[in-house]
Amino acid sequence: MSEKILITGNEAIAEAAIQAGARFYAGYPITPQNEIPAYMAKRMPEVGGVFIQSESELAAISMVMGAAACGFRALTSSSSPGISLKQEGISYIAGAELPAVIVNIMRAGPGLGNIWPAQSDYFQATKGGGHGDYHNIVLAPASVQEAFDLTQFAFELADKYRNPVMVLGDGLLGQMMEPILVPRSSFLVPREESKQSTKHEAQSTKTWALTGCKDRKPNLVASFRMREGDLEKLNQHLQEKYQEIEGKEQGFEALDIADANTIIVAYGTMARIAKGAIKTLRAKNIKVGLIRPITLWPFPKDIFDRVKGQGLRVKFLAVEMSYGQMVEDVRLAVGSEYMVEFLGRSGGGIPSEEEIAYSVERIADRKTKRYPLNAKR
Amino acid sequence: MDKIFTKPKSLRDIPTHYCPGCGHGVAHRLVCEVVDELDIREKVIGVTPIGCAVIAYDYWEFDCCEAAHGRALAVATGIKRMRPHNLVFTYQGDGDLAAIGTAETIHAANRGENLTVIFINNAVYGMTGGQMAPTTLLEQKTATTPLGRCAKLEGYPLKISELLSCLPGVYSIERVSTDSPAKVLSAKKAIKQAFINQMEGKGFSLVEILSACPTYLGLKPIDSVKWMAETMTKEFPLGKIK
Amino acid sequence: MTEKIIVAGFGGQGIMIMSKFLSCLAVATDRFTTYLPAYGAEVRGGTAHCMVIISDEEIYSPLIEKADSAIIMNEPSLIRFENRIKEGGVLFLNKSLINIKPKRNDFKTIEVPFTEIAQGTGNIKCANAVALGAYLAYKKIAPEDKIYAVLYKMLDGLSKEIIALNQKALEEGLNYGLPR
Repeated sequence: MSEKILITGNEAIAEAAIQAGARFYAGYPITPQNEIPAYMAKRMPEVGGVFIQSESELAAISMVMGAAACGFRALTSSSSPGISLKQEGISYIAGAELPAVIVNIMRAGPGLGNIWPAQSDYFQATKGGGHGDYHNIVLAPASVQEAFDLTQFAFELADKYRNPVMVLGDGLLGQMMEPILVPRSSFLVPREESKQSTKHEAQSTKTWALTGCKDRKPNLVASFRMREGDLEKLNQHLQEKYQEIEGKEQGFEALDIADANTIIVAYGTMARIAKGAIKTLRAKNIKVGLIRPITLWPFPKDIFDRVKGQGLRVKFLAVEMSYGQMVEDVRLAVGSEYMVEFLGRSGGGIPSEEEIAYSVERIADRKTKRYPLNAKR
Repeated sequence: MDKIFTKPKSLRDIPTHYCPGCGHGVAHRLVCEVVDELDIREKVIGVTPIGCAVIAYDYWEFDCCEAAHGRALAVATGIKRMRPHNLVFTYQGDGDLAAIGTAETIHAANRGENLTVIFINNAVYGMTGGQMAPTTLLEQKTATTPLGRCAKLEGYPLKISELLSCLPGVYSIERVSTDSPAKVLSAKKAIKQAFINQMEGKGFSLVEILSACPTYLGLKPIDSVKWMAETMTKEFPLGKIK
Repeated sequence: MTEKIIVAGFGGQGIMIMSKFLSCLAVATDRFTTYLPAYGAEVRGGTAHCMVIISDEEIYSPLIEKADSAIIMNEPSLIRFENRIKEGGVLFLNKSLINIKPKRNDFKTIEVPFTEIAQGTGNIKCANAVALGAYLAYKKIAPEDKIYAVLYKMLDGLSKEIIALNQKALEEGLNYGLPR
């Protein structure tokens, strides 16, 4: 039995992590995700887990590395500038093949920027972010319900592939409240009971975890490979893993694309706003659809191949709260024979339904490929 | 026939990569002897640094975790909090613990994490090629202080142990040396006590081990040990600090 | 039905709780809803506002460009949000604390002395409940039993006196006798 509760995106992420069995959280306060550490500070002790307000994001991600190395589900959360600091640890976690979940509730940059919602960390999240050849799996929820569901899924993926998974939202998603459906029992679990069942009990399937080398050979968690050939071997193994993930884990939502002349590509909060524009445009009989990547890495290339395979004469419009990051993946996915236009704002502004609708109407008349539109403000 | 001197069970029987006269070999062995004597090999989890001792885990026969440069005490915090029944220690050099990881060191100490810290102070950076360490002495020549460390430009040798001793979260701090057999024995005693402290839940215990780096001191092994005894201990006096 | 509401006033006037009430009411009546608070470096006692959408259909953007209704509790908020009210919308204005008139006349303005009424019921802090009552009486977005159910749920665990106080303030608003 499920019940509907009204909750912020940040709190939904935190509770989802608890319900997914996460028992370790470390983080450093930064707006607009402060509700996550506050929630964890209260909730973790209730379920026998550990909450630490760390001295920095550098420390937070390393603490998560330690907890994950012991076989426990662990997470950290931050917003853009803090996520930059966490890149060091994320790279180590990827190299040591540890499962961990990192939540980034994006704000506008560069530098200190400001606290308003943005999507300008797309490159950082999807292309590696830290040093070395690695990828995070990146999930982009568009609603509070999805923030809850995808956070739980993030832990599944992290364990399945022994890889860092990032939940990438923005300030709007983090701060907004929406009703979500959760199992009725989940918030009502007698606190003491859950404490007993989960206290310091790592998953026994994680045979690589550090537990003390009783009745087995010592385990080592490390990314360092100094001997000749060893690092290449590790990297080849990682690449094979990434290929498998690209083949199996692409996620997207497609809306009204069957008859579309123009397909908007947008993710997260931006996709919601795009849907509003699509409703207005469809009412005017303008054939427009939406592809919403849910996994940003792996980027859902296959749906673009399918659109191309049908030989549709279609144009694409990437809409982002950035100055053009995801659009590069759209261009790679569709190839040079398709027109890909871009509409984006970042720094406080969010492309509005009107701006999106206006851009789609202009593209509809466009014959040849041109440079990004200057949308009406 | 009984062997009266043998390799500790926790120490793997392979040659180390350290330079002749390096103090790491002694420190590794002392840790392993203590682990054996306390019979905690199956419970111990070591966190290794970045620096010359980065692959200390190759020599140790127990569970280990790597940490990014300076973050050993953050990683150890994550491990110990989730596995309070295991014995967790970090093994860190002066650059790792007292330069790039100063924040992690101070805050783990200040939280009173129930950890054991083995801090190797050899007054110079080894792995990267003999640059200045936070603990490099004044007038000591290094790759990045070719004219000798100058207080005006590079500041003073950082006495992190004394600094940490001010924190109420810290249970015990001791500075030991490995410049003579007698001092090696007292170093071992300090290491053992630091592990016992953890087993008894006493909190943050740190053992600073003055250690020789003949290669980057530009001295013969025997002279580098002499330098430690005569010069380095003047700046870093031995004994119980807290 | 889709209703977009901007609620604004001083911090401490209960802006967020009033907005949350509206979203909870939407949940209680099986509707979609979004609640988007102004967040960030807020100053205690500074301005506060919140955007609430209630709809029978899936809600896309939680941002409100043009509001169907605005509940404005103080003067700075009127200046800030007057232009965000859509043509033909409704402005619920706290006459007790607002001495200026809206500049526009293409929306309906309902002036009620929320703060004074709250003072009359015994606690100035209940001005938000009075405002909610007045808004709900005029807009009729939910039946009264649901309104009370949400009130009791939100005040669950508080003292009988506080619940009674809030209920009285809400009733004052509901029964104010607004122009149709």
